[in-house]
Amino acid sequence: MASVRQAVSVNITPTGTTQSTNRESAAPLPMRMSVNKVNFFYGAKQTLFDISLGVAANKVTALIGPSGCGKSTLLRTFNRMHETVRHARLEGEILLDGQNILSQDVTQLRRRVGMVFQRPNPFPKSIFDNVAYGLKINGSKIPIAEAVEKSLRHAALWDEVKDHLHKSAYELSGGQQQRLCIARGLAVEPEVLLLDEPCSALDPISTAKIEELLVQIKDLCTVAIVTHNMQQAARVSDFTAFLLTGQMIEFSPTPQLFTTPGDPRTEAYITGRFG
Amino acid sequence: MAATTTTVHSAGPVTGSRSFLDRLRDGDELARLITFVFAAATVLITVLLVFELWTGSVLPRHKFGLDFFLTRVWDPNSGDFGALPFIYGTLVTAAVSLIIAVPLGIGAAIFLAELAPARVSDTLQFFIDLLAAVPSVIYGLLGVFIIVPMMREYIQPALNNTLGFIPLFTGPAYGIGFLTAGIVLAIMVIPYIISVSREVLLSVPRDQREAALALGSTRWESTWKVVVPFARTGIMGSIFLALARALGETMAVTMVIGNTPNISASLFSPGYSIAAVIADQFTEATGDLYLQSLIELGLVLFLLTFILNGLARILIVATSQRSGGGH
Amino acid sequence: MPAGNARLRWRKFVSGFMLTMTGVCALVAVAVLFFILGYLVYHGGTSINWNFFTKLPAPVGETGGGMANAIVGSAKLLLLATVIGVPIGFLGAIYLAEFSTGPIAFVVRYAADLLNGVPSIVIGIFAYSLVVLPFKHFSTLAGGVALGVMMIPITLRSTEDFMRAVPNTLREGAMALGASKWKTIYTVIVPAAYRGILTAVLLAFARVAGETAPLLFTAFGNRYWSPGWNQPIESLPHMVYIYAISPYEDWQRQAWAAGLVLLGLILIINILARTILARGVSVPRS
Repeated sequence: MASVRQAVSVNITPTGTTQSTNRESAAPLPMRMSVNKVNFFYGAKQTLFDISLGVAANKVTALIGPSGCGKSTLLRTFNRMHETVRHARLEGEILLDGQNILSQDVTQLRRRVGMVFQRPNPFPKSIFDNVAYGLKINGSKIPIAEAVEKSLRHAALWDEVKDHLHKSAYELSGGQQQRLCIARGLAVEPEVLLLDEPCSALDPISTAKIEELLVQIKDLCTVAIVTHNMQQAARVSDFTAFLLTGQMIEFSPTPQLFTTPGDPRTEAYITGRFG
Repeated sequence: MAATTTTVHSAGPVTGSRSFLDRLRDGDELARLITFVFAAATVLITVLLVFELWTGSVLPRHKFGLDFFLTRVWDPNSGDFGALPFIYGTLVTAAVSLIIAVPLGIGAAIFLAELAPARVSDTLQFFIDLLAAVPSVIYGLLGVFIIVPMMREYIQPALNNTLGFIPLFTGPAYGIGFLTAGIVLAIMVIPYIISVSREVLLSVPRDQREAALALGSTRWESTWKVVVPFARTGIMGSIFLALARALGETMAVTMVIGNTPNISASLFSPGYSIAAVIADQFTEATGDLYLQSLIELGLVLFLLTFILNGLARILIVATSQRSGGGH
Repeated sequence: MPAGNARLRWRKFVSGFMLTMTGVCALVAVAVLFFILGYLVYHGGTSINWNFFTKLPAPVGETGGGMANAIVGSAKLLLLATVIGVPIGFLGAIYLAEFSTGPIAFVVRYAADLLNGVPSIVIGIFAYSLVVLPFKHFSTLAGGVALGVMMIPITLRSTEDFMRAVPNTLREGAMALGASKWKTIYTVIVPAAYRGILTAVLLAFARVAGETAPLLFTAFGNRYWSPGWNQPIESLPHMVYIYAISPYEDWQRQAWAAGLVLLGLILIINILARTILARGVSVPRS
């Protein structure tokens, strides 16, 4: 089955509580990914309960919630990274462009759905080779040097490193390393880029730079981001999902969730009463 | 007065150390002295060892100087002693052993660190640790009765038939020789490569591998292009360690190498190694020059292993610092 | 994209193949151990008999001899080695762990590591120079010194590691009750670390039990009993060596038997040591 790169319009709109149904937008947005009734188990313990949501194409979707709510767990199912853990088990359906990711080849899936991790983790290679890594193993349609420059520009890093491409990635600062990881992820032209608390190990200035570029890369791909920083979610995302102890409590357009949350628990969280 | 290394304040002055008299009364000062003597004994023994090697080799050092290392002739009768055949044999057998042991060892370490479930990995590692405990003479025993006949009857002729155009694989098949010794050495050093490499691979941060997988790497690609390079200094360290062991191995080598001071391009040729000649000829050495030449060879061996072990330690520590300390 | 798919298929094939190969490597490495044991049991098992343990070596060409003197000889040598090596290693480690400061500790540790890496034949040369030359003959003492020197660094580093791993709270608890440093060490710290220390001693013992090279020109060998400590003495690994390279079939059989006994003993001690360690408190690997 050839993979279809166009977004498939699916009529799964962001679910919310009963009160929010009449506030949803009239025309359904194209969904790059859909999650249907996903349950996740670690051994005998269940950590995600009946999660359903849609990740809108070329938009930023944020997953928020207190520590341990399962937001990272959920994010990691989107590119099947949960399979690197021995006792992890997923039930339910996750679609990418209408096809179930669980029945696809995982290596190919991961090229299409990329990931940036919580702590910057560049490879022990040069800056250039870090970005080029994905291109070299997957093949590249344009010359690698060109593709590397393109990605570094998208990650707002090119000007800072263009004269030092062959230096070790470890000579960069933390914020630069994280942008390098973003460039590395973008280089393979994924359809979705997942970011798991990408700024939690960074200083405020680096955080601001990354938030800026997240908004810009929407045009290139769909973005899903996990963050424990509500203000960040409010700043960068178009849609926000609030999770609590493995359940999805609310999923709405971001302005709506933060100004007029539908569920009291959401309200309690965003006003800082817990988490 | 030297300070104690604990941070405890005992009854008495509120300063960090107790008074000398207190310590003396409780036997602490005596204990400290006695244990110091034994610790110093260790240093003394080491210094003495180097000293004995140095003074014990004074005759050939003065007589031959650096030519000792360049002369091929080892003739006790005429009093000409040259170390070249033994250096050659030591290096050749070590090289052969590494060529065999390094790919096998790193491959096994990759399996144990990346693929095998923790229990399987630990169990196999247990067996590999036992392999490291097998004494040299047992490997020699197996070498003499199992490997040498196998080389003589099957492997050497087969190599000669297929690859005989390469000088390495020419010559009569005696069964003993450089190649056999190299093979036996390979079996002996594999456990060291595996143990150390496995540990350094296990210490590579998880998110390195995850980052590679998240870019669409296959498992092998993530292992070979990311995890292993991350651990490469530690793996180099394991190789140096193995090399140091291979250089110093005596019994197994002397039992299968042929004990002939040859320098030959053929791996089938009988040869000698530094450790093997010392083992073989020490008790028969007549005259001071002969004996001291053997001692000088011991000094050479000491220096070689000293350097290699030092390098190995630096490399292994460097990897663990990099993994633990982050970027 | 057919080309893309073919490339992916190839990459996945390479991945599966290489990973299988690593499994093969691991299997080969472990299989060697079982081959060794298998051969030893097969060849040696048939040659072990009562004579082996009770008789002295027979004259060349005669059958029916044994290795009683070598067994006793190894025991004597190892006893002497332990008496020499363990106290130095143990007490030296106490100094390092409890009394020493930076530079001295560094020097001692460095010397120990250096000693550990010295090839055993060079240790033999050392013991030769130290003991054989002055007394002008080979002896049990010389062999014991050689093996003892080898035991020092293993015992020292491991004991130090295990003692350092004992939590400071135990030390402080004892001292707060008025115990002196020395008392704390022998009533609290050493007992807390004893498992690891015992393991280290056992492993050091097993290591030198199989050593032949350092004995070649210190203990030298002896076809008879060796009373006292001043005469050359036979040892089990040395017998394996001599008999294995001999042309006599009876001797070769005995070499297998000796190899089996020797390896059996060493493996049992190793397994014992590691089991003791595994059962204990979690402490750094020796």
